[in-house]
Amino acid sequence: MSYTAAHDDHHGPEKGLLRWVKTTNHKDIGTLYLWFAFTMLLIGGAFAMGIRAELLQPGLQLMDPQFFNQLTTMHGLIMVFGAIMPAFVGLGNWLIPMMIGAPDMALPRMNNWSFWILPFAGGILLSTFFMDGGAPAFGWTFYAPLSTTFAPDSTDFFIFAIHLLGFSSIMGAINIIATVLNMRAPEMRMMDMPLFVWTWLITSFLLIGAMPVLAGAVTMMLTDRNFGTAFFDATGGGDPVMFQHIFWFFGHPEVYIMILPAFGVVSHIIPTFARKPLFGYSSMVYATASIAFLSYIVWAHHMFLTGMPVAGELYFMYATMLIAVPTGVKVFNWVATMWKGSLTFETPMLWAISFVFLFTIGGFSGLMLGIAPADIQYHDTYFVVAHFHYVLVTGALWGIIAATFYWLPKWCGKMYNEKLAKVHFWWAMISVNVLFFPQHFLGLAGMPRRIPDYSLQFADFNFISSIGGFSFGLSFVLLTYIVVDCIRNGKPADARPWYSAKGLEWTLSSPAPYHSFNTPPSRATILEESQHS
Amino acid sequence: MKRLLTLTSALVALASSKAAMAEYGLNMTQGITEVSKDIYDLHMMVFWVCVVIGIVVFGAMFYAIIAHRKSKGHKAAHFHESTTVEFIWTGIPILILIAMAIPASKTLIDIEVLDKADMTIKVTGHQWKWQYDYPEEGIGFISNLSQSSKDVMDDREKGSAAKREALDASGDTYLLSVDNHLVIPVDTTVRFLITSNDVIHSWWVPAFAVKQDANPGFINDAWARPTEIGTYRGQCAELCGKEHGFMPIVIDVVSKADYAVWVAEQQGAAAAAAVAATRQWSEDDLMAQGETLYNTNCAGCHMTDGTGGYGPAIKGSDIANDDAADHLNIVINGKNGMPSFKMLGDSDLAAVITYERRAFGNTGSVVQPSDVTSAR
Repeated sequence: MSYTAAHDDHHGPEKGLLRWVKTTNHKDIGTLYLWFAFTMLLIGGAFAMGIRAELLQPGLQLMDPQFFNQLTTMHGLIMVFGAIMPAFVGLGNWLIPMMIGAPDMALPRMNNWSFWILPFAGGILLSTFFMDGGAPAFGWTFYAPLSTTFAPDSTDFFIFAIHLLGFSSIMGAINIIATVLNMRAPEMRMMDMPLFVWTWLITSFLLIGAMPVLAGAVTMMLTDRNFGTAFFDATGGGDPVMFQHIFWFFGHPEVYIMILPAFGVVSHIIPTFARKPLFGYSSMVYATASIAFLSYIVWAHHMFLTGMPVAGELYFMYATMLIAVPTGVKVFNWVATMWKGSLTFETPMLWAISFVFLFTIGGFSGLMLGIAPADIQYHDTYFVVAHFHYVLVTGALWGIIAATFYWLPKWCGKMYNEKLAKVHFWWAMISVNVLFFPQHFLGLAGMPRRIPDYSLQFADFNFISSIGGFSFGLSFVLLTYIVVDCIRNGKPADARPWYSAKGLEWTLSSPAPYHSFNTPPSRATILEESQHS
Repeated sequence: MKRLLTLTSALVALASSKAAMAEYGLNMTQGITEVSKDIYDLHMMVFWVCVVIGIVVFGAMFYAIIAHRKSKGHKAAHFHESTTVEFIWTGIPILILIAMAIPASKTLIDIEVLDKADMTIKVTGHQWKWQYDYPEEGIGFISNLSQSSKDVMDDREKGSAAKREALDASGDTYLLSVDNHLVIPVDTTVRFLITSNDVIHSWWVPAFAVKQDANPGFINDAWARPTEIGTYRGQCAELCGKEHGFMPIVIDVVSKADYAVWVAEQQGAAAAAAVAATRQWSEDDLMAQGETLYNTNCAGCHMTDGTGGYGPAIKGSDIANDDAADHLNIVINGKNGMPSFKMLGDSDLAAVITYERRAFGNTGSVVQPSDVTSAR
């Protein structure tokens, strides 16, 4: 089955720059999201380089502590809200209509709006660096009252930016839910959907549940700061710990928002290069749904030291440990998919295997952190920093990079340079471990997070970590070259460049036609391309 | 596979030699309380469970990577579903988790439930120092980052070789030393009441396995029963603003006899300070004490020469040269980024305010302790 590009000759993209401003096309918007996310990744990465440069040696070398705090805060915010989340929305935009046999997204005009809010939100957030008093310096978790009574004036701009980012995410999520539920090929049942579609559908429900809670938190901050309320101020009868409850009620689903679509990506790549159907398709769907449900009832494991009653601590410890079960099922299923396959190791597969390996290490440290008594020693140390970078960099970001290499031939109709891409993989893989693995030791030895200077016993591992960091940062120059080189000079790619790949997107020509499916695929095609046959 | 071997051997090396761990700071401290040892054991148990699961899962994955590759001519099998297998690998992790949850719950309940303490210490976080009060003994003092650490930090900025030596000489106590140590007796159950005067801080002493958030307006509690005499160091663990990295904790655990001597000394000093607050001070005395206090409490933001940095300049400012009432108000109550210093004693406040009003070429009036008492 192959749909050619011929049918959309009469109705192609507009010419010139306005194409990108006015577009309602899922592929154009997906592209915009991906480039925006990549730009933010480089900016957030530059902040991280500043942090690692200051921490290279003991003593204050490059910046004053306040600016250091601004960098850690903005690094976190930009990476979470500017890089990882938009990148996944970009992938969802590009891939979901092609995977479910639809022509486009269900709500194309809202799609345009939800993207175009982002550059303004990001711009407002970044502009706080140039304001009097500097950028927000209270950490990406912005605990009150450091972020209310004691924060710089720029905090109100930060609040506005968070609101805008929230609008964008909620609209993106609504669009994906509407698309998956209404635009699916009539012959495609829910349990025929590929896992990337499943994970994104579930993620969308997390988004529309969690983002309004964040909006509530920042709105309360806004009124506390400007209109005399005292939600988080004990002197007015409020409670600063309530801020943390509200924040983490958003924050914990948020971390699954960032990882579930990556689970979906990996569930596509491993079967392709193992030449074997995904093991346990339905258990993968149920496991994802279980993780999403559990993500709403574990938030206070971020708050074991705030003075919770022991019954609360016990409950949140048990609920947190439970997450290991569905997450474990997913890892076991991926390994079982590889088992007795016929494996090859093209670049997307290398990233996917690396994802399973390193994300699982992040999962182990997550399990350790979930043990409430031990968390007394781990909490707010570099052990936590190592943990969430293993799940967010070698988890979420790895998923995004794997997806980029896997679907790039479909997006631009050209093949990337496999040799260079493998060099880049090993470079990033080794340096990211040099960067983050020693941070486990730093945390266990007692180094708190978010400090600009440290005692001498932490010097060696910080030095190693910084060297790894610089190397990892530099690897993105090569990644940029590989992607640009592919778009400009790549060799033409087949409609199904990975001949063992399954999925409706591969039945379209490469590059994919402007309107993905004008006629829905038949039941036979859907079954032929499904993941569970 | 090579990576796996390297990793496994590194992990084994890490976990098998306790001495090496302490030396290179690779692992959690075992600490000096029963609770801290329990937590260490729990940490190691979960770590080893993870290592074993890791060996099994990664072992299977890397075996497949090596043995089931296409380049070796391996043909793909076609199995893709097994309800039995799914039940097994849902069930086994649940059993492992239950096995871990039992000792974890026991330790947690031990930590959280304390029937009777032998003594109580109130810990108050301030931007960016700790205040310790012994309500039963009537002792209270502030604990700041030591001048030696500040000197090394400033020296490091200049970067000469001699200054580098100062850093090396400071050893493990750089940024982990304070002017006034917290002193507690050995083999005594101490209850800590922890709160904050401004933002959230977190009071962390690894050797006691005590880390508890200090929330403004609320009091948390924690406890420890240290079993070994010695000096133990910790840090603030919750981001609390600019100098979050510079408010360490140092505790001397001493014998009960030494503790009694220390308490008597402190009570004597407190009585002397109370007397001092009622008399008139000479300007020279105020200036001398004020300079030390200024460098400890104010120079971080207003700079040693009063020209301002993170905070505004004091040199030539209206507040320091006009009527003393505004000056007293801002130091006692704080304003915007300027924290309140009301926890300092009357004579200390009088000294530091006088210093700010008379040093740097300022010509403001002298402030006496009695002025501070009436301004509060």
